[in-house]
Amino acid sequence: MNRTWWAWVIPMMASVGACARHPATPLEPKPKAFGAEVVLVSGDKQVAGVGAQLDQPVVVQVNDRKGAAVAGAPVRFAAAGGVAFQPDRGLTGSDGQFTTNVSLGGMAGPYQIVAVTTDSSGKRAEVRIEEIAEGYQERLGQQLNAIHCIRCHDPESTPERVSNHDNLSAQAHAFTEGAVLNAISDANLTAIISHGGAALNKSPEMPPYGNRLTKSEIDALVAYIRAVSDPPYRPQGVFYATN
Amino acid sequence: MKISGKIASFFNFLFGDSARAFGALSVALVALLAVVPAADFFRDWRGYQKRYLRLVRGRGDATSLTRRFQPGLQQIWMPELGVVDRCPTCHSALKEASLVDVKDQPFRPHPPIPHSVTGFGCVMCHRGQGAATTVEEAHRSTKSWEDPILPARYLESSCGQCHMERLTGTPLLNQGRQTLARYGCVRCHVIKSPDGVAMTGTDDPPSLAHIGAKTTREWIAAWLKNPQAYASSATMPNFQLPDDDIRDLSAFLIAQSTPYLASREAAPRVPTDDRALKNGASVFGESFCSSCHAIQNAAGMLVGGNLGPELTRIGSKAKPEWLADWLRDPRVYDPDTQMPHYRLDAQQRGLLMAFLGNKTDPDFLGNRHFDPPTSVQIDHGRALVNERGCTACHEINGVKKADNFAPELTLVGSRPLAKILFAPGVAHTLPDYIAAKIRQPRSFSTSLKMPQYTLAPEQVEALVTALLAQTERAQKMPTALRVPPRRASDYHAAGQAGRLMEELRCFSCHTINGRGGDMAPDLTWEGTAVTRPWLVNFLKNPNTLRPALIRRMPKFNLTDAEADTLADYIMTVYQTPAFDRDSIDSSRFTPADAEHGKELFYGKYACQSCHIVDPDKDKGYIGPTLTQTGARLNAAWIFHWLKSAESLRPGTLEPVWKMSDEDARAVSAFLVAQKIAPRTEPAKK
Repeated sequence: MNRTWWAWVIPMMASVGACARHPATPLEPKPKAFGAEVVLVSGDKQVAGVGAQLDQPVVVQVNDRKGAAVAGAPVRFAAAGGVAFQPDRGLTGSDGQFTTNVSLGGMAGPYQIVAVTTDSSGKRAEVRIEEIAEGYQERLGQQLNAIHCIRCHDPESTPERVSNHDNLSAQAHAFTEGAVLNAISDANLTAIISHGGAALNKSPEMPPYGNRLTKSEIDALVAYIRAVSDPPYRPQGVFYATN
Repeated sequence: MKISGKIASFFNFLFGDSARAFGALSVALVALLAVVPAADFFRDWRGYQKRYLRLVRGRGDATSLTRRFQPGLQQIWMPELGVVDRCPTCHSALKEASLVDVKDQPFRPHPPIPHSVTGFGCVMCHRGQGAATTVEEAHRSTKSWEDPILPARYLESSCGQCHMERLTGTPLLNQGRQTLARYGCVRCHVIKSPDGVAMTGTDDPPSLAHIGAKTTREWIAAWLKNPQAYASSATMPNFQLPDDDIRDLSAFLIAQSTPYLASREAAPRVPTDDRALKNGASVFGESFCSSCHAIQNAAGMLVGGNLGPELTRIGSKAKPEWLADWLRDPRVYDPDTQMPHYRLDAQQRGLLMAFLGNKTDPDFLGNRHFDPPTSVQIDHGRALVNERGCTACHEINGVKKADNFAPELTLVGSRPLAKILFAPGVAHTLPDYIAAKIRQPRSFSTSLKMPQYTLAPEQVEALVTALLAQTERAQKMPTALRVPPRRASDYHAAGQAGRLMEELRCFSCHTINGRGGDMAPDLTWEGTAVTRPWLVNFLKNPNTLRPALIRRMPKFNLTDAEADTLADYIMTVYQTPAFDRDSIDSSRFTPADAEHGKELFYGKYACQSCHIVDPDKDKGYIGPTLTQTGARLNAAWIFHWLKSAESLRPGTLEPVWKMSDEDARAVSAFLVAQKIAPRTEPAKK
């Protein structure tokens, strides 16, 4: 019997498998220059819904040892948990910067993304960038914040909303002030929102919202405050089931 | 030869005699019977359940976690909702809040949501195949199952299957529905809520019946070429018409235009010097035109509201004689306009015309000039109007309104993939298809009629979210689960005051009895709140109550008689049934009450964070200024407001204080004592 048919079938199957399984990987651009470090220019600490694209792109810059921007240096982005980059790799532009649009993963919580560049010897330099994805609760909290809290708690004004922050005698804490807010327990934070600042010997300029917002809405606000906190909020102690 | 010989001898070895055959068949049967339990033993979900038990073993609450864990296939079954979800088989920790720090699926607890996971199931919100017990079949689409897991970014669409009303927690869905209504999508596409009511547009596409009196053919052509070049905020899409079609469409529109009942009053004198431009800008500012109309400033930023059209290049569009009539009384040209009838005098109108007429952009019109239209052009223009569905939005003389011009989208969120023709480069999922169709409709086929919209990526995402809510499941949902939208009421005030309120278009900004806009306070119970002298004065000369707001009440230049008519009606009709306006006699407040109220105001309740009573000392400006509260508000209103403001005016930013009667009385006494005699204007006849 003729055994030569094996010689045909194996490469055919191999090529069919290769075509079906592996889409062509994008060609890695050839670096024109190399830097020593990569730094963040803009786009960290953004808040977006789960799975959504961040409003602003993330911009990083590659510098040489003296801190001067390097054009044409390789940059590659990576992250865990379903984060997508558009594009995820490339060369820095003439200003030494590289811009990518980031879509976060499907789970709420903080996401860490890493931008990597390599020098001529292949040694890696990287910068870590943090972004925040909101689940339903954080999203609701953000909306409630925009209605009830932001005018006093955000020192920045916009054309549509003048900040009242500087008109208060006790300065309201921005919700990103993790150094202060992380030290307040969930129970105390809920108490301040529900009963007002006076209830915890803080300024009465913080009014009580316990009769205005429902329990779940106040929970949502606390979840939002925890989500945007910088440095990030780390819950303490043992967890016990609640349901 | 050799191989067949070997097979023959092996066959003999197994089945050579009956004992051998019996033995061999028995072994084969046992092996066959073992396949089923073995296959069962190696199922995906058994592995996940083992991993879950290993995961919880080391935790503080391992005992209770293990006790609550239920092995085997788990199922959420709700026949009335058509839910058969076996997801908890692998997602064992769905209800275990203590595992909040676990990052690996399928072991994360479900984040907190307003609904019980076991009360609604999983596929209701996440889609996917609930009955499947393998990862692949449950989450991804297969040939027999086209509904994969919904990408997380569009999750809010699932809320929209039951909730027709705006929800605070679903900004994207709200924005999407608002965009469907505002950008005219629902004027061509029928989109029905599950209760069978079709969505209606909130845009106000102008009637083109008298377009020739308002603008020129050259402007129509430039606008059709690219509406966003005229006004970046224009909601009219670009129909990407060739120049010849634009020429013929503009010819037809001008030819069909009839004159409107123009005023016989001479147009006001329009001064042209620089001072007139400056004074015109002042009239524009004082009349608070920018509450509704935006103008691009020198930095290219749009300043102003979006209730009316953008006016950046209005001078290139409006004919002066039309503008004169419009400023005198807009209803003469368009009886249904949202624009109020300002009682501007001839000099004010002249200044406004100078200011607006100067807002031109020669680049926009270019050097285009048309010869008089030929009958061939007009006929072709008529054909184009019919072909493009212009009358789905605009009224045009002699052309019937185009109903159901585009495919109905009531069930677009359940459209089977097999029925969709994908454009090249579009991922084969429903959300990607809808997004691509909105972004570039003509990329699917150049013969499609859908025009090109100018939308931000976030707007597209919002639209996709709103459209994905239009599912078959939503239509079949039990009525008890549906949260119907608040349908707009058709409230009209009665009599002379009612006519005046329509003329002044109060409902464009204020809501009364469920009808109206949300730009200004709800006036349903205004008669209980304010005093008559203050109201009369405010109607004639609205002063600033809320310094932080950009949008303000315009000055309509009312006569004394008109202000009286309105005030009488408001004071008599708009009264809350909850309490009597005169139930608290402010003359019985003592100075000691007021003094105590002052302490409470500045101390316990810190009202000065948001309100100003003493302009030299207080700085808060979120709420209205309270310097003349005693002249403005009734004591009973203040008292009940301090107890529960939200029940008096839903949506107010005032916290619900639930003050005790004593505190509320004292603070009322303090506020009633705040009186600054309002400035009086010379009466206008």
